[in-house]
Amino acid sequence: MDLTLKIWRQANAKAKGKFETYVVKDVSTESSFLEMLDILNNQLIHEGVDPVAFDHDCREGICGACSLRINGHAHGPETEITTCQLHMRNFKDGDTIVIEPWRSRAFPVIKDLVVDRTAYESILQAGGFVSVGTGGVPDANAIPIAKDDAEESMDAAACIGCGACAATCKNGSAMLFVAARVSSLAKLPQGQVEAARRAKAMVAKMDELGFGNCTNTGACQAECPKGITINHIARLNREYLKAKFRS
Amino acid sequence: MSGSIFTSSIGKKMFMSISGCILVLFLTFHMCMNLALVFSDEAYNAICGFLGANWYAVAATVLLAVVVVAHIALAIVLTIQNRKARGSIRYAVTKREPGVEWSSKNMLVLGMVVLLGLVFHLVHFWYKMMFAELAGAHEVMLGAAAVSPTDGAAIVRYYFAQWPYVLLYLVWFAAIWFHLTHGVWSMMHSLGLNSKVWFKRMKCISFIVATLIIGGFALCAIILFLQGNGILPYPLF
Amino acid sequence: MIKLDSKIPSGPIEGKWTKHKGDIKVVSPANKRKLDVIVIGTGLGGGAAAASLGELGYNVKVFCISDSPRRAHSIAAQGGINAAKNYQNDNDSVYRLFYDTIKGGDYRAREANVYRLAEVSNLIIDQCVAQGVPFAREYGGKLANRSFGGAQVSRTFYARGQTGQQLLLGAYAALNRQIAAGTVKSYSRHEILDIVLVDGKARGVIARNLVTGELERHGAHAVVMATGGYGNVFFLSTNAMNSNGSVAWQAYKKGAAFANPCFTQIHPTCIPVHGTQQSKLTLMSESLRNDGRIWVPKHKSDVEALRAGIKQPSDIAEEDRDYYLERRYPAFGNLVPRDVASRAAKERCDAGYGVNETGLAVYLDFKTAIDRLGIQTIRERYGNLFQMYEKITAVNPYEQPMQIYPAVHYTMGGTWVDYNLMTTIPGLYALGEANFSDHGANRLGASALMQGLADGYFVLPYTIGDYLSHEIQSPKVDTNTPEFEEAENAIREKIAKLYAIKGNQTPDELHKKLGCGIMWEKVGMARTKESLEQAIVEIQALRKEFWSDLKLAGKPDELNPELEKALRLADFLELGELMARDALNRNESCGGHFREEYQTPEGEALRDDENYAYVAVWEYQGEDKEPVLHKEPLTFETIHLQQRNYKD
Repeated sequence: MDLTLKIWRQANAKAKGKFETYVVKDVSTESSFLEMLDILNNQLIHEGVDPVAFDHDCREGICGACSLRINGHAHGPETEITTCQLHMRNFKDGDTIVIEPWRSRAFPVIKDLVVDRTAYESILQAGGFVSVGTGGVPDANAIPIAKDDAEESMDAAACIGCGACAATCKNGSAMLFVAARVSSLAKLPQGQVEAARRAKAMVAKMDELGFGNCTNTGACQAECPKGITINHIARLNREYLKAKFRS
Repeated sequence: MSGSIFTSSIGKKMFMSISGCILVLFLTFHMCMNLALVFSDEAYNAICGFLGANWYAVAATVLLAVVVVAHIALAIVLTIQNRKARGSIRYAVTKREPGVEWSSKNMLVLGMVVLLGLVFHLVHFWYKMMFAELAGAHEVMLGAAAVSPTDGAAIVRYYFAQWPYVLLYLVWFAAIWFHLTHGVWSMMHSLGLNSKVWFKRMKCISFIVATLIIGGFALCAIILFLQGNGILPYPLF
Repeated sequence: MIKLDSKIPSGPIEGKWTKHKGDIKVVSPANKRKLDVIVIGTGLGGGAAAASLGELGYNVKVFCISDSPRRAHSIAAQGGINAAKNYQNDNDSVYRLFYDTIKGGDYRAREANVYRLAEVSNLIIDQCVAQGVPFAREYGGKLANRSFGGAQVSRTFYARGQTGQQLLLGAYAALNRQIAAGTVKSYSRHEILDIVLVDGKARGVIARNLVTGELERHGAHAVVMATGGYGNVFFLSTNAMNSNGSVAWQAYKKGAAFANPCFTQIHPTCIPVHGTQQSKLTLMSESLRNDGRIWVPKHKSDVEALRAGIKQPSDIAEEDRDYYLERRYPAFGNLVPRDVASRAAKERCDAGYGVNETGLAVYLDFKTAIDRLGIQTIRERYGNLFQMYEKITAVNPYEQPMQIYPAVHYTMGGTWVDYNLMTTIPGLYALGEANFSDHGANRLGASALMQGLADGYFVLPYTIGDYLSHEIQSPKVDTNTPEFEEAENAIREKIAKLYAIKGNQTPDELHKKLGCGIMWEKVGMARTKESLEQAIVEIQALRKEFWSDLKLAGKPDELNPELEKALRLADFLELGELMARDALNRNESCGGHFREEYQTPEGEALRDDENYAYVAVWEYQGEDKEPVLHKEPLTFETIHLQQRNYKD
């Protein structure tokens, strides 16, 4: 299949970017979206054009490196997959595809389609952990955990930190990301011990970094490649308000 | 390590919820009061009398005004912050995400429509009823005729007999309905009163509450219009 | 010439680690604060080590090439992690895990290391649970287990099909806690391009800031490599696109000997190659073999009908199917170790029974399991894997069997380390997949996560103290020395040289030639003396081609993925040759190393314990010079050497 690509090009963080149009030919319908970009890049290099920079690594939908807003959807039009799992059979011969980087104040563009997501790192560093050091812990089966609780914790823990939630949110809010971590740990007895401290610290850090305020549109869950739902945001709200009123 | 609840994002949302909740309760009361008018002008005027120039009614009105202002002011603050958080460059292509309600993404716009309607509403009802009474006026003008500000029923019936008013009100009600379908469950959600199990129920409750409240208002408006134009008998029963 | 001293403690196997821990030195808290450690890589090994060292009080600098430590490729491990907990009361024990691992590795791993691994396996599960890893649970609230290849007990702990992710997020959380505490400084989007030696000891690294292209010098009292494996030498593998062997290779060139480079694991259950545009292969978890049955048709006529699309796999009658693993290995059935399953698939496909157009695919079928357990149970167990398969192939595995084929997955070989995980360069350590020590010639499923975390949480933090206790008098490492200067300049020159070529082939094009053209065909699943000799000649020629015909886009001082690829490929072009050399040297078949000349009449790997029960340790001699082979003999004091048998 042949495709027309409109891709955001930006030389570096300070440069002004713009869309460029490229044509890529003979893409197999079996190829993945990123393989299609590989083909484009190889073609561009031979034409003497700087290849398009984009983040990617595992190409199995788990590392969270790939991003891309494709035709108005984070990770493309298919639901519950990442860009690297998107396959070209979802497009038609002759299609025009618009590819943009994440747009959010907290995710500045580094180059082309690559953005800086260290803001997410900072939020997790503020409290996204259980404060146990290596060693000196009880036997794994000493803490019974209801199957449903473990499952719900796992639902939230599936977050890959790709940034699609904040990049999709019209408010540039990171609530789904923060909620996923807070909720996952709040569902487990191990995480309960410092639940209040965690919720307060992570929300404070999120606010400090300039993320927007959640207005419960649910756009984040619609675009989350891991299907994490905004129920976890309700739990975060609960955990946070509980923590605030108790202190 | 953590800021004040008043400045935090979740804290602001909590105040949004609480103020919204008070407004929903007020709307519910207002709708019930309007329903009284369908059944009996006297009953309606009695309630109006109860809410006239009394200290508790004034206090409640002031509280309500404060809540409305807070709700709007917070909405504006949140929106400004949110727009800033989106960054300076917008997406070239925007599509509605699957499953996302239109109202949820347009709460401020809806709120503005509601606000405009509110101003309009206050000017010709509240101003001529409660305010006039407070100001000590003994009669207010409805076109060429003069009525007592305590005869709320007459004032209401006067306006709702005219179709442009009814139409404007129905548009306004629609905006409020949209605002409420998202607002009610969202308010519970922001307070943390939601879960995997309750999520769908909450949305359903939200829809029912919004429809009951707005349905009640709309019903009153339509009945009054039909009565005012002789299509329905007056009194109804 | 290097001298290999494995430093294996004396005494009975059960007591070695305890005795060793008692014998080695420790560093006092006050002195730890004065000591700097560099950790390269943030996967399970690196992440766990950096966090644990930070907790102990060392000053740690941790580097990763991704934009976040959480993206290290450990995250992609799906199925689970082994531990000898015996929670299922199925007579599991440390000894049994140890035995299975040695046997699974086809008797080419060090007994002492493997025993220690089995011994600390239980601590790992405790640690991860305490960190809040949401392992699968039974209704009673206890931990659930499943089975993996090469074991007859159920000892694998899992978190859906995302165990690696959950364990890594646990280590990453521990790391974040230390970053917040200031004991660890994290450098993301940084690639280490060289190890710097001062007076023969590892004293620092040269890093390239991948965003700005700047070269940075970082000094430390010890350097830990946790850089994973080098499977991407094959171009197509299940490794992440950025996984590479460059740090290990630079270390090798500086004197860290490389062990068993030819031991590559080919994983039996990957989604088959779709065509020449493919850049990456996707693994389907080994856990699927718990309930999936592998088969090809018995009759060629059915094969042709399937390839032509006239028949669907579900049309093939039960009696016309050849469940070849169950047929050949009745005792273990579909749960034979990976090397055995891979070779069996290749054997059937080579015989002409491959079920897709390319003839390189077999079926993994869940019909029996769905009939037995119901679709709901299967959905709970493998839902996300099934979803992933359907997204990639557009085939619904609840209705039609999956198509699978073996693909490069893991490298058992790696930098040689002693019992303390120290390489032949003093002060340079290697952890996890980057070292060679625990899996012999074949790794069992769910053991990579175990090794990464064992090394990172429970081995290195102890053993590094023994070395660092001698460094407490050393001042902070000064990076303004000729050694650092020289290393940095060498990299600058190398990059300039790459840009000066101005040829016609991109790094990817050359990499495909190396990986798909040479390595997979000649140093892949089945090797012969001829193929390996050819491979060496061809790699040398391709290396020349690379250095004379490379086309390199972009500039050195910017975010430049093409330069990253070129630098890594330059190393793969040398490493590939060493792999071929090692495979050529090893005139036997064992585990993942299958020399066609050495097989039993039934087609099983034929080991030669008399001549090859050793670790092949290669020492670099200089550019275009043949490396020197050292042999570390493998002595089996506890386990009796025998031919692997998964039949009965």
